Amino acid sequence: MSLTRIYGLFLRHFYLITRSFPRILDLVYWPSIQITLWGFISNFFATHTTYYNNAVGVILTCAILYDFLFRTSIGFNMLFLEEIWSRNFTNLFIAPMRIGEILTSLVITALIRSLIGLVPAILLTSPLFGISILDLGIFLFFLFLSLYIFGITLGILVSSGLLRFGPSFENIAWSTMFLLAPFGCIYYPIETLPEIFQKIAYVLPLVYIFEEARNILINQTVNIENVYYAFMWNAFYFSLSIALFYYSFNAAKNKGTLINMGE
Amino acid sequence: MKNLIEVQNIKKNYGKKEAVKGISFNVEENEILGLLGPNGSGKTTTIGMLLGLLKPTSGQIFINNLRLEENRIQILEMINFISPYIELPKKLTVKQNLYVYSKLYKVQNIEERIEYLSEKLRIGELLNSITGELSSGQKNRVSLAKALVNEPKVLLLDEPTASLDPEVGDFVRTFLEDYKKEKKISILLASHNMNEVTRLCKSVLMMKNGEIIDKGKPKDLIAKHGRANLEEVFLKLSRSKSEFN
Repeated sequence: MSLTRIYGLFLRHFYLITRSFPRILDLVYWPSIQITLWGFISNFFATHTTYYNNAVGVILTCAILYDFLFRTSIGFNMLFLEEIWSRNFTNLFIAPMRIGEILTSLVITALIRSLIGLVPAILLTSPLFGISILDLGIFLFFLFLSLYIFGITLGILVSSGLLRFGPSFENIAWSTMFLLAPFGCIYYPIETLPEIFQKIAYVLPLVYIFEEARNILINQTVNIENVYYAFMWNAFYFSLSIALFYYSFNAAKNKGTLINMGE
Repeated sequence: MKNLIEVQNIKKNYGKKEAVKGISFNVEENEILGLLGPNGSGKTTTIGMLLGLLKPTSGQIFINNLRLEENRIQILEMINFISPYIELPKKLTVKQNLYVYSKLYKVQNIEERIEYLSEKLRIGELLNSITGELSSGQKNRVSLAKALVNEPKVLLLDEPTASLDPEVGDFVRTFLEDYKKEKKISILLASHNMNEVTRLCKSVLMMKNGEIIDKGKPKDLIAKHGRANLEEVFLKLSRSKSEFN
């Protein structure tokens, strides 16, 4: 792995973001709107339902966590799609970059993109709703890390599809998160799902992350098992996504997708 | 003279379709080899295989005596490519693009290299311009700068002067001739511009339907087929294969 090459590819996207005010605005705008909306909904439910036991901010905290996941995943896909849209894809794949270097660079860039959007949104929650996501304590870090890994995993899976099937796979890139959201139990406990859906939810890391966030905020206790299962499933899906990416890269070399991408 | 490109009986099938049917050729150091053929003859597929973007169904490719299959990264460090069908990121400035690719190719003394290329390709005044806002001729010279940023031993050119006005086209051809002489690099040139091929190439390969149907020096091919120029030879060969086999 070459740090110079990883930095080089990071620079390509860093220049792109910093050159364009609308791009920065776009990164900040949607998370802030999302958080503001969910902040008011959160306040309403906290005072009108017994489930949340007046724990103001449970829904809002989950909304912030979900938005981070969403931005990370979409951010990764965007970086990949950006190369296709700008017809730079071939240039990138004829540069002497290892797949691991490309992925590492995109993973770092996706994190920075997500943080650009997330930090202002988190800062908004305190003055607007009197809520601090830091109430989750040290476990906030583990929950964010878990979401970040899963977001990247989804991004790599979608990028594998783009490699294998070409730009026609683009629509899937936008819809992955919406498909998984109901199974993630972001705003409701897993018991809300029909039994068959629960079985699906239990093999995704999301349910453990959001259950644990609610557990910490509502019951003021920590169930380390949830954190453990989230990381275990993340390790499984992340390894699967890397393997699939390599498979798709080789398949694209056989099929000729790499040379036609963006044309 | 040392062969920098050695292609040994490469085939490429897409399902049942045979895009390239077992072709072999070499390109020597300090040589420009022309790759000619009608659309769909297998030129782009051949270039794609040389760049490691396509895996040959069979056969072997050696660049600077290294087998491509096992030495992809090492080989990509010493080759580069230019085509009108690929572009540099449009929103970045010219200098940012050259800087990014210098990093990707791990170029030492990046500023010095960019300055050298800017001077040679007359793009100094464009360095702070947005790449997407350049004219075709300017973009072409910037793409060429990117292709030379790593001081390649092997340069693959796909229609390098397509859509350029005669003056810029001539500038690029003169530059390539001089650069090849100075650096003793190998160039594989796929082009539909027969005057360009006649001027630049020591020898040419004529491809059709995935096969090499003729090869030789431009003047020898013209004499062999009794035509006035290479364009007429191209037309004759591309319209009828059996006549010459």
